[in-house]
Amino acid sequence: MEIPRHWRLKKQRYALVGEVCPHCDAKIFPPRDVCPECGDEAKTLFEFSGRGEVYSYTTLSNAPAGYQASAPYTVALVKLDEGPMVTAQLTDIGEQDVEIGMPVEMVTRKLRSEGDDDRGMLVYGYKFRPMELQQLAAAAD
Amino acid sequence: MTDKVSENLLLKPSRPVGIVGYGAYVPRYRLPAKEISRIWTGGTGGVPIQEKSVPGPDEDTTTMSIEAARNALARAGIDPEEIRAVWVGSESHPYAVKPTSTIVAEALGVVPFTQAGDWEFACKAGTEAMVAAMGLVGSDMAKYALAIGMDTAQGRPGDALEYTASAGGAAFLLGPAEESVAVIESTLSYVTDTPDFWRREYQKYPEHGQRFTGEPAYFKHISSAAQSYLDATGTTAEDYQYAVFHQPNSKFPSRVAGQLGFSKEQIATGLLVSVIGNTYSGAAIIGLTAILDVAEPGDRILMVSFGSGAGSDAFGIRVTERLPERRDLAPKTQTYIARRTEIDYATYSRMRGKLVLK
Ligand SMILES: [Zn+2]
Repeated sequence: MEIPRHWRLKKQRYALVGEVCPHCDAKIFPPRDVCPECGDEAKTLFEFSGRGEVYSYTTLSNAPAGYQASAPYTVALVKLDEGPMVTAQLTDIGEQDVEIGMPVEMVTRKLRSEGDDDRGMLVYGYKFRPMELQQLAAAAD
Repeated sequence: MTDKVSENLLLKPSRPVGIVGYGAYVPRYRLPAKEISRIWTGGTGGVPIQEKSVPGPDEDTTTMSIEAARNALARAGIDPEEIRAVWVGSESHPYAVKPTSTIVAEALGVVPFTQAGDWEFACKAGTEAMVAAMGLVGSDMAKYALAIGMDTAQGRPGDALEYTASAGGAAFLLGPAEESVAVIESTLSYVTDTPDFWRREYQKYPEHGQRFTGEPAYFKHISSAAQSYLDATGTTAEDYQYAVFHQPNSKFPSRVAGQLGFSKEQIATGLLVSVIGNTYSGAAIIGLTAILDVAEPGDRILMVSFGSGAGSDAFGIRVTERLPERRDLAPKTQTYIARRTEIDYATYSRMRGKLVLK
Protein backbone atom coordinates (compact mmCIF):
# COMPACT_ATOMS: atom_id res chain seq x y z
CA MET A 1 0.00 0.00 0.00
CA GLU A 2 1.43 3.36 -1.03
CA ILE A 3 1.56 5.68 1.97
CA PRO A 4 0.33 9.19 1.17
CA ARG A 5 2.86 11.97 1.42
CA HIS A 6 0.96 14.07 4.00
CA TRP A 7 0.79 11.12 6.34
CA ARG A 8 4.56 10.70 6.10
CA LEU A 9 5.06 14.37 6.86
CA LYS A 10 2.91 14.19 9.96
CA LYS A 11 4.79 11.10 11.15
CA GLN A 12 8.02 12.94 10.57
CA ARG A 13 6.88 15.93 12.59
CA TYR A 14 5.32 14.08 15.56
CA ALA A 15 7.64 11.15 15.99
CA LEU A 16 10.88 11.40 13.99
CA VAL A 17 9.91 8.85 11.37
CA GLY A 18 12.41 8.92 8.50
CA GLU A 19 13.71 6.37 6.08
CA VAL A 20 16.41 3.73 5.86
CA CYS A 21 18.26 2.99 2.62
CA PRO A 22 17.70 -0.65 1.57
CA HIS A 23 20.99 -0.59 -0.35
CA CYS A 24 23.54 0.89 2.08
CA ASP A 25 21.54 1.04 5.36
CA ALA A 26 21.99 4.83 5.74
CA LYS A 27 19.35 6.36 8.03
CA ILE A 28 17.63 9.35 6.43
CA PHE A 29 15.91 12.33 8.10
CA PRO A 30 13.94 14.20 6.97
CA PRO A 31 12.63 11.58 4.52
CA ARG A 32 13.44 12.41 0.88
CA ASP A 33 12.98 9.00 -0.85
CA VAL A 34 16.52 9.15 -2.27
CA CYS A 35 19.58 8.06 -0.28
CA PRO A 36 22.04 10.95 0.22
CA GLU A 37 24.88 8.42 0.61
CA CYS A 38 24.51 6.16 -2.43
CA GLY A 39 21.90 8.00 -4.53
CA ASP A 40 19.56 5.00 -4.80
CA GLU A 41 15.85 5.01 -4.07
CA ALA A 42 15.12 4.75 -0.32
CA LYS A 43 11.45 4.62 0.74
CA THR A 44 11.53 2.19 3.66
CA LEU A 45 10.12 3.88 6.79
CA PHE A 46 12.38 3.99 9.82
CA GLU A 47 11.48 5.26 13.30
CA PHE A 48 14.42 6.96 14.98
CA SER A 49 15.12 6.29 18.67
CA GLY A 50 14.81 10.03 19.31
CA ARG A 51 18.13 10.08 21.14
CA GLY A 52 21.13 12.17 20.20
CA GLU A 53 23.42 14.93 21.38
CA VAL A 54 23.71 18.68 20.99
CA TYR A 55 26.08 19.41 18.10
CA SER A 56 25.70 23.20 18.34
CA TYR A 57 23.10 25.65 19.63
CA THR A 58 21.99 29.28 19.78
CA THR A 59 19.57 31.16 22.01
CA LEU A 60 17.00 33.41 20.35
CA SER A 61 15.44 36.29 22.24
CA ASN A 62 13.63 37.77 19.22
CA ALA A 63 11.33 35.01 18.04
CA PRO A 64 9.79 34.86 14.55
CA ALA A 65 6.02 35.31 14.09
CA GLY A 66 4.05 32.56 15.80
CA TYR A 67 6.78 31.75 18.31
CA GLN A 68 6.82 34.94 20.44
CA ALA A 69 5.07 33.27 23.37
CA SER A 70 8.02 30.95 23.97
CA ALA A 71 10.89 33.49 23.59
CA PRO A 72 13.64 33.39 24.65
CA TYR A 73 14.37 29.83 23.56
CA THR A 74 17.26 27.70 22.42
CA VAL A 75 17.55 26.10 19.02
CA ALA A 76 20.03 23.27 18.59
CA LEU A 77 21.54 21.22 15.85
CA VAL A 78 21.07 17.69 17.24
CA LYS A 79 23.12 14.78 15.96
CA LEU A 80 20.84 11.73 16.23
CA ASP A 81 22.36 8.44 17.46
CA GLU A 82 21.58 6.94 14.05
CA GLY A 83 23.57 9.63 12.23
CA PRO A 84 21.42 12.38 10.72
CA MET A 85 21.47 15.97 11.97
CA VAL A 86 18.19 17.69 12.97
CA THR A 87 17.45 21.32 13.84
CA ALA A 88 14.99 21.70 16.70
CA GLN A 89 14.06 23.71 19.76
CA LEU A 90 15.33 22.55 23.15
CA THR A 91 12.81 22.42 25.99
CA ASP A 92 12.65 21.59 29.73
CA ILE A 93 16.19 22.83 30.20
CA GLY A 94 15.59 23.76 33.83
CA GLU A 95 18.64 25.13 35.60
CA GLN A 96 21.24 23.32 33.51
CA ASP A 97 23.48 25.05 31.00
CA VAL A 98 23.17 23.81 27.45
CA GLU A 99 26.48 22.31 26.35
CA ILE A 100 27.91 20.88 23.15
CA GLY A 101 27.75 17.08 23.45
CA MET A 102 24.85 17.16 25.94
CA PRO A 103 22.71 14.01 25.54
CA VAL A 104 19.12 14.83 24.56
CA GLU A 105 15.92 12.96 23.68
CA MET A 106 12.97 13.79 21.46
CA VAL A 107 9.63 14.88 22.93
CA THR A 108 6.46 15.97 21.15
CA ARG A 109 5.41 19.46 22.19
CA LYS A 110 3.26 22.39 21.11
CA LEU A 111 5.32 24.38 18.61
CA ARG A 112 2.94 27.29 18.07
CA SER A 113 -0.63 28.37 17.52
CA GLU A 114 -1.37 29.33 13.94
CA GLY A 115 -2.11 33.05 13.76
CA ASP A 116 -0.59 33.40 17.26
CA ASP A 117 -3.94 33.78 19.01
CA ASP A 118 -6.47 31.55 20.78
CA ARG A 119 -8.41 30.75 17.60
CA GLY A 120 -5.82 29.19 15.32
CA MET A 121 -4.86 25.57 14.91
CA LEU A 122 -2.29 24.20 17.35
CA VAL A 123 0.85 22.89 15.68
CA TYR A 124 2.60 20.02 17.45
CA GLY A 125 6.03 18.70 16.65
CA TYR A 126 9.33 17.44 17.98
CA LYS A 127 11.65 19.23 20.35
CA PHE A 128 14.54 17.84 22.38
CA ARG A 129 15.17 17.87 26.12
CA PRO A 130 18.13 16.86 28.31
CA MET A 131 18.27 13.11 29.14
CA GLU A 132 17.59 13.97 32.76
CA LEU A 133 15.07 11.25 33.68
CA GLN A 134 17.61 8.55 32.86
CA GLN A 135 20.24 10.29 35.01
CA LEU A 136 17.81 10.63 37.91
CA ALA A 137 16.76 6.97 37.60
CA ALA A 138 20.41 5.85 37.60
CA ALA A 139 21.13 8.01 40.65
CA ALA A 140 18.17 6.49 42.53
CA ASP A 141 19.30 2.88 41.94
CA MET B 1 -29.48 -6.06 48.79
CA THR B 2 -29.33 -9.80 48.10
CA ASP B 3 -25.98 -11.38 47.26
CA LYS B 4 -27.20 -12.14 43.77
CA VAL B 5 -28.05 -8.49 43.04
CA SER B 6 -24.86 -7.29 44.69
CA GLU B 7 -22.77 -9.61 42.49
CA ASN B 8 -24.55 -8.32 39.40
CA LEU B 9 -23.34 -4.80 40.14
CA LEU B 10 -19.83 -5.81 39.12
CA LEU B 11 -18.61 -5.03 35.62
CA LYS B 12 -16.65 -8.09 34.66
CA PRO B 13 -15.38 -8.88 31.16
CA SER B 14 -16.12 -12.31 29.67
CA ARG B 15 -12.50 -12.56 28.52
CA PRO B 16 -10.04 -11.66 31.34
CA VAL B 17 -8.43 -8.24 30.79
CA GLY B 18 -5.32 -6.66 32.22
CA ILE B 19 -2.86 -3.80 32.05
CA VAL B 20 -0.27 -4.76 29.41
CA GLY B 21 1.64 -1.48 29.76
CA TYR B 22 1.34 1.63 31.92
CA GLY B 23 3.01 5.02 31.90
CA ALA B 24 2.92 8.23 33.91
CA TYR B 25 3.72 11.83 33.15
CA VAL B 26 4.36 14.80 35.44
CA PRO B 27 5.70 18.08 34.03
CA ARG B 28 8.89 19.41 35.61
CA TYR B 29 7.82 22.75 37.15
CA ARG B 30 6.63 23.04 40.78
CA LEU B 31 4.77 25.87 42.45
CA PRO B 32 4.94 25.63 46.28
CA ALA B 33 1.61 26.25 48.03
CA LYS B 34 3.45 28.64 50.37
CA GLU B 35 4.22 30.81 47.34
CA ILE B 36 0.50 31.02 46.43
CA SER B 37 -0.30 31.81 50.04
CA ARG B 38 2.37 34.56 50.01
CA ILE B 39 0.54 36.26 47.11
CA TRP B 40 -3.05 36.01 48.34
CA THR B 41 -2.90 35.87 52.15
CA GLY B 42 0.52 37.37 52.88
CA GLY B 43 1.64 33.86 53.84
CA THR B 44 -0.78 33.67 56.80
CA GLY B 45 -3.19 31.03 55.47
CA GLY B 46 -2.80 27.27 55.96
CA VAL B 47 -1.94 25.30 52.82
CA PRO B 48 -3.55 22.01 51.69
CA ILE B 49 -0.44 20.50 50.05
CA GLN B 50 3.31 21.12 49.78
CA GLU B 51 3.55 21.95 46.08
CA LYS B 52 1.88 21.33 42.74
CA SER B 53 3.18 20.49 39.28
CA VAL B 54 2.88 23.09 36.54
CA PRO B 55 3.14 22.35 32.81
CA GLY B 56 5.70 24.14 30.66
CA PRO B 57 4.46 26.71 28.12
CA ASP B 58 4.74 24.14 25.30
CA GLU B 59 2.79 21.42 27.13
CA ASP B 60 -0.90 20.56 27.16
CA THR B 61 -3.13 17.51 27.64
CA THR B 62 -2.17 16.29 24.16
CA THR B 63 1.62 16.41 24.59
CA MET B 64 1.44 15.00 28.11
CA SER B 65 -0.83 12.16 26.94
CA ILE B 66 1.66 11.36 24.19
CA GLU B 67 4.53 10.99 26.64
CA ALA B 68 2.57 8.90 29.15
CA ALA B 69 1.33 6.68 26.32
CA ARG B 70 4.86 6.25 24.92
CA ASN B 71 5.87 5.04 28.38
CA ALA B 72 2.94 2.60 28.41
CA LEU B 73 3.89 1.29 24.96
CA ALA B 74 7.56 0.95 25.97
CA ARG B 75 6.51 -1.29 28.86
CA ALA B 76 4.02 -3.24 26.72
CA GLY B 77 6.42 -3.84 23.85
CA ILE B 78 3.63 -4.29 21.27
CA ASP B 79 3.16 -2.96 17.75
CA PRO B 80 1.04 0.25 17.99
CA GLU B 81 -0.84 -0.78 14.83
CA GLU B 82 -2.52 -3.51 16.89
CA ILE B 83 -4.30 -0.92 19.06
CA ARG B 84 -7.99 -0.45 18.19
CA ALA B 85 -8.90 2.42 20.54
CA VAL B 86 -7.16 5.54 21.81
CA TRP B 87 -9.32 7.22 24.42
CA VAL B 88 -8.28 10.32 26.33
CA GLY B 89 -10.19 11.41 29.44
CA SER B 90 -9.67 15.02 30.49
CA GLU B 91 -11.38 18.25 31.48
CA SER B 92 -8.66 20.28 29.75
CA HIS B 93 -8.74 19.10 26.15
CA PRO B 94 -6.88 21.79 24.14
CA TYR B 95 -9.71 22.14 21.63
CA ALA B 96 -13.41 22.59 22.34
CA VAL B 97 -14.02 20.85 18.99
CA LYS B 98 -11.29 18.54 17.57
CA PRO B 99 -10.27 15.41 19.37
CA THR B 100 -7.11 15.18 21.47
CA SER B 101 -7.15 11.45 20.80
CA THR B 102 -6.52 11.64 17.04
CA ILE B 103 -3.35 13.68 17.60
CA VAL B 104 -2.19 11.23 20.26
CA ALA B 105 -3.00 8.25 18.02
CA GLU B 106 -1.11 9.84 15.13
CA ALA B 107 1.99 10.54 17.25
CA LEU B 108 2.01 6.96 18.56
CA GLY B 109 1.66 5.38 15.12
CA VAL B 110 -1.74 3.84 15.91
CA VAL B 111 -3.64 5.50 13.03
CA PRO B 112 -5.63 4.96 10.87
CA PHE B 113 -7.47 1.75 11.88
CA THR B 114 -8.57 2.71 15.37
CA GLN B 115 -11.32 4.17 17.51
CA ALA B 116 -10.38 7.60 18.83
CA GLY B 117 -12.39 9.63 21.29
CA ASP B 118 -12.21 12.17 24.07
CA TRP B 119 -13.98 11.38 27.33
CA GLU B 120 -15.37 13.83 29.84
CA PHE B 121 -16.56 13.30 33.39
CA ALA B 122 -14.67 15.86 35.50
CA CYS B 123 -11.92 13.95 37.33
CA LYS B 124 -13.13 10.46 36.49
CA ALA B 125 -12.89 10.74 32.70
CA GLY B 126 -9.72 8.62 32.73
CA THR B 127 -11.22 5.69 34.63
CA GLU B 128 -14.38 5.96 32.52
CA ALA B 129 -12.12 5.39 29.47
CA MET B 130 -10.44 2.47 31.26
CA VAL B 131 -13.76 0.71 31.91
CA ALA B 132 -14.77 1.21 28.26
CA ALA B 133 -11.40 -0.15 27.12
CA MET B 134 -11.96 -3.20 29.34
CA GLY B 135 -15.26 -3.74 27.57
CA LEU B 136 -13.68 -3.56 24.13
CA VAL B 137 -10.91 -6.01 25.00
CA GLY B 138 -13.02 -8.16 27.31
CA SER B 139 -15.64 -8.77 24.63
CA ASP B 140 -12.89 -9.80 22.20
CA MET B 141 -13.71 -6.95 19.82
CA ALA B 142 -10.12 -5.71 20.08
CA LYS B 143 -6.84 -7.09 21.32
CA TYR B 144 -5.56 -3.79 22.72
CA ALA B 145 -7.12 -0.47 23.75
CA LEU B 146 -5.35 2.57 25.18
CA ALA B 147 -7.01 4.60 27.97
CA ILE B 148 -5.51 7.86 29.20
CA GLY B 149 -6.44 10.27 31.98
CA MET B 150 -4.60 13.59 31.79
CA ASP B 151 -5.21 17.17 32.85
CA THR B 152 -3.69 20.62 33.04
CA ALA B 153 -6.08 21.93 35.66
CA GLN B 154 -6.58 25.64 36.36
CA GLY B 155 -8.00 27.35 39.41
CA ARG B 156 -9.14 30.97 39.47
CA PRO B 157 -6.33 33.16 40.88
CA GLY B 158 -6.82 33.42 44.63
CA ASP B 159 -9.42 30.62 44.74
CA ALA B 160 -8.87 27.65 47.08
CA LEU B 161 -8.50 25.40 44.03
CA GLU B 162 -5.47 27.36 42.83
CA TYR B 163 -3.33 25.76 45.55
CA THR B 164 -3.90 22.26 44.22
CA ALA B 165 -4.98 22.40 40.52
CA SER B 166 -2.01 20.79 38.77
CA ALA B 167 -0.92 18.84 35.71
CA GLY B 168 -0.15 15.20 35.04
CA GLY B 169 -1.72 11.82 34.48
CA ALA B 170 -1.26 8.29 33.22
CA ALA B 171 -1.87 5.96 30.30
CA PHE B 172 -2.87 2.30 30.39
CA LEU B 173 -2.67 -0.13 27.52
CA LEU B 174 -5.30 -2.76 28.21
CA GLY B 175 -5.12 -6.17 26.60
CA PRO B 176 -5.50 -9.91 27.24
CA ALA B 177 -4.90 -10.85 30.90
CA GLU B 178 -2.29 -13.45 29.92
CA GLU B 179 -0.03 -10.69 28.51
CA SER B 180 -0.58 -8.27 31.36
CA VAL B 181 1.52 -6.92 34.23
CA ALA B 182 -1.66 -6.65 36.32
CA VAL B 183 -5.10 -8.19 35.82
CA ILE B 184 -8.15 -5.96 36.33
CA GLU B 185 -10.48 -8.47 37.95
CA SER B 186 -13.64 -6.35 37.86
CA THR B 187 -14.95 -2.83 38.36
CA LEU B 188 -18.02 -1.17 39.83
CA SER B 189 -19.41 2.31 39.17
CA TYR B 190 -21.54 4.54 41.41
CA VAL B 191 -23.03 7.70 39.89
CA THR B 192 -25.62 10.34 40.90
CA ASP B 193 -26.56 13.86 39.77
CA THR B 194 -24.71 16.05 42.29
CA PRO B 195 -23.93 19.76 41.73
CA ASP B 196 -20.54 19.95 43.48
CA PHE B 197 -18.31 21.42 40.76
CA TRP B 198 -18.78 22.57 37.17
CA ARG B 199 -17.50 24.76 34.38
CA ARG B 200 -19.77 26.18 31.70
CA GLU B 201 -18.66 26.40 28.09
CA TYR B 202 -16.37 29.39 27.27
CA GLN B 203 -15.47 29.81 30.94
CA LYS B 204 -11.80 29.49 31.79
CA TYR B 205 -12.18 28.62 35.48
CA PRO B 206 -14.56 26.22 37.25
CA GLU B 207 -17.14 26.98 39.94
CA HIS B 208 -17.78 24.90 43.00
CA GLY B 209 -20.95 24.50 45.03
CA GLN B 210 -19.41 24.90 48.50
CA ARG B 211 -22.02 22.85 50.37
CA PHE B 212 -21.66 19.93 48.01
CA THR B 213 -17.92 19.29 47.66
CA GLY B 214 -17.13 17.13 50.70
CA GLU B 215 -19.73 14.81 52.23
CA PRO B 216 -22.42 14.50 49.53
CA ALA B 217 -19.92 14.37 46.68
CA TYR B 218 -16.42 13.00 47.33
CA PHE B 219 -17.08 10.92 50.46
CA LYS B 220 -20.49 9.56 49.50
CA HIS B 221 -19.46 8.40 46.03
CA ILE B 222 -16.04 7.00 46.87
CA SER B 223 -17.17 5.14 49.97
CA SER B 224 -20.33 3.83 48.29
CA ALA B 225 -18.39 2.58 45.25
CA ALA B 226 -15.62 1.09 47.37
CA GLN B 227 -17.90 -0.57 49.95
CA SER B 228 -20.22 -1.96 47.27
CA TYR B 229 -17.18 -3.31 45.43
CA LEU B 230 -15.82 -4.97 48.57
CA ASP B 231 -19.25 -6.47 49.34
CA ALA B 232 -19.82 -7.69 45.79
CA THR B 233 -16.40 -9.36 45.62
CA GLY B 234 -16.53 -10.69 49.17
CA THR B 235 -13.29 -8.92 50.06
CA THR B 236 -12.26 -6.54 52.84
CA ALA B 237 -9.52 -3.93 53.20
CA GLU B 238 -7.20 -6.64 54.54
CA ASP B 239 -7.22 -8.46 51.20
CA TYR B 240 -5.41 -5.57 49.50
CA GLN B 241 -1.74 -4.62 49.83
CA TYR B 242 -2.42 -1.18 48.33
CA ALA B 243 -5.30 1.24 47.86
CA VAL B 244 -5.51 4.50 45.98
CA PHE B 245 -8.36 7.01 45.98
CA HIS B 246 -8.97 10.21 44.02
CA GLN B 247 -6.72 12.78 45.70
CA PRO B 248 -7.86 16.43 45.46
CA ASN B 249 -5.88 17.20 48.65
CA SER B 250 -4.11 15.12 51.33
CA LYS B 251 -6.99 15.13 53.82
CA PHE B 252 -9.86 13.63 51.79
CA PRO B 253 -8.19 10.38 50.62
CA SER B 254 -6.68 9.76 54.07
CA ARG B 255 -10.08 10.17 55.71
CA VAL B 256 -12.01 8.01 53.24
CA ALA B 257 -9.32 5.32 53.49
CA GLY B 258 -9.74 5.26 57.28
CA GLN B 259 -13.53 5.02 56.99
CA LEU B 260 -13.17 2.00 54.72
CA GLY B 261 -10.67 0.27 57.01
CA PHE B 262 -7.48 0.92 55.05
CA SER B 263 -4.30 1.83 56.93
CA LYS B 264 -1.90 4.72 56.25
CA GLU B 265 0.64 2.18 54.97
CA GLN B 266 -1.78 0.80 52.37
CA ILE B 267 -2.38 4.22 50.82
CA ALA B 268 1.10 5.78 51.26
CA THR B 269 2.64 4.61 47.94
CA GLY B 270 -0.16 5.97 45.76
CA LEU B 271 -0.74 9.19 47.70
CA LEU B 272 1.15 11.78 45.62
CA VAL B 273 -1.04 14.86 45.99
CA SER B 274 1.20 16.66 48.50
CA VAL B 275 4.12 16.74 46.04
CA ILE B 276 2.36 17.06 42.64
CA GLY B 277 -1.06 18.51 43.47
CA ASN B 278 -4.44 17.40 42.17
CA THR B 279 -4.01 16.16 38.62
CA TYR B 280 -7.81 15.81 38.21
CA SER B 281 -8.40 13.05 35.60
CA GLY B 282 -4.89 11.82 36.38
CA ALA B 283 -5.16 11.81 40.17
CA ALA B 284 -6.22 8.26 41.10
CA ILE B 285 -4.53 6.59 38.14
CA ILE B 286 -1.12 8.25 38.54
CA GLY B 287 -1.23 6.90 42.10
CA LEU B 288 -1.78 3.46 40.56
CA THR B 289 1.35 3.87 38.38
CA ALA B 290 3.44 4.66 41.48
CA ILE B 291 2.09 1.47 43.08
CA LEU B 292 2.82 -0.65 39.98
CA ASP B 293 6.39 0.72 40.06
CA VAL B 294 7.00 -1.16 43.34
CA ALA B 295 4.30 -3.84 43.77
CA GLU B 296 5.11 -7.58 43.77
CA PRO B 297 3.41 -10.42 41.89
CA GLY B 298 0.24 -11.49 43.71
CA ASP B 299 -0.33 -8.09 45.34
CA ARG B 300 -3.89 -6.79 45.16
CA ILE B 301 -4.73 -3.12 44.63
CA LEU B 302 -8.04 -1.28 45.12
CA MET B 303 -8.37 1.91 43.08
CA VAL B 304 -11.36 4.25 43.37
CA SER B 305 -11.65 7.39 41.27
CA PHE B 306 -14.02 10.31 41.76
CA GLY B 307 -15.42 12.81 39.31
CA SER B 308 -17.62 15.76 40.21
CA GLY B 309 -21.11 15.74 38.92
CA ALA B 310 -20.67 13.04 40.44
CA GLY B 311 -19.43 9.46 40.40
CA SER B 312 -16.78 6.90 41.28
CA ASP B 313 -15.31 3.84 39.58
CA ALA B 314 -13.81 1.11 41.78
CA PHE B 315 -11.25 -1.34 40.36
CA GLY B 316 -9.83 -4.57 41.80
CA ILE B 317 -6.37 -5.22 40.36
CA ARG B 318 -3.98 -8.14 40.85
CA VAL B 319 -0.28 -7.93 39.94
CA THR B 320 1.15 -10.73 37.76
CA GLU B 321 4.60 -12.30 37.39
CA ARG B 322 5.31 -10.11 34.37
CA LEU B 323 5.41 -6.79 36.24
CA PRO B 324 9.00 -6.87 37.63
CA GLU B 325 10.53 -7.46 34.17
CA ARG B 326 8.47 -4.74 32.44
CA ARG B 327 8.50 -1.81 34.85
CA ASP B 328 12.08 -0.66 34.21
CA LEU B 329 11.35 -0.17 30.49
CA ALA B 330 10.08 3.40 31.09
CA PRO B 331 10.67 6.16 33.65
CA LYS B 332 9.02 5.56 37.02
CA THR B 333 6.53 7.97 38.52
CA GLN B 334 8.84 8.86 41.41
CA THR B 335 11.55 9.75 38.86
CA TYR B 336 9.20 12.28 37.25
CA ILE B 337 8.47 13.65 40.72
CA ALA B 338 12.21 13.94 41.49
CA ARG B 339 12.72 15.94 38.27
CA ARG B 340 11.78 19.32 39.63
CA THR B 341 12.29 23.02 38.97
CA GLU B 342 10.70 25.38 41.49
CA ILE B 343 9.05 28.51 40.05
CA ASP B 344 7.58 31.63 41.63
CA TYR B 345 4.09 33.05 41.15
CA ALA B 346 5.20 35.52 38.47
CA THR B 347 6.74 32.78 36.30
CA TYR B 348 3.66 30.64 36.91
CA SER B 349 1.35 33.44 35.76
CA ARG B 350 3.30 33.86 32.55
CA MET B 351 3.54 30.13 31.84
CA ARG B 352 -0.14 29.45 32.48
CA GLY B 353 -1.40 32.40 30.44
CA LYS B 354 -2.94 34.18 33.43
CA LEU B 355 -1.72 37.55 32.20
CA VAL B 356 -3.92 39.21 29.61
CA LEU B 357 -1.61 40.85 27.07
CA LYS B 358 -4.16 42.24 24.65
ZN1 LIG C 1 22.04 4.27 0.33
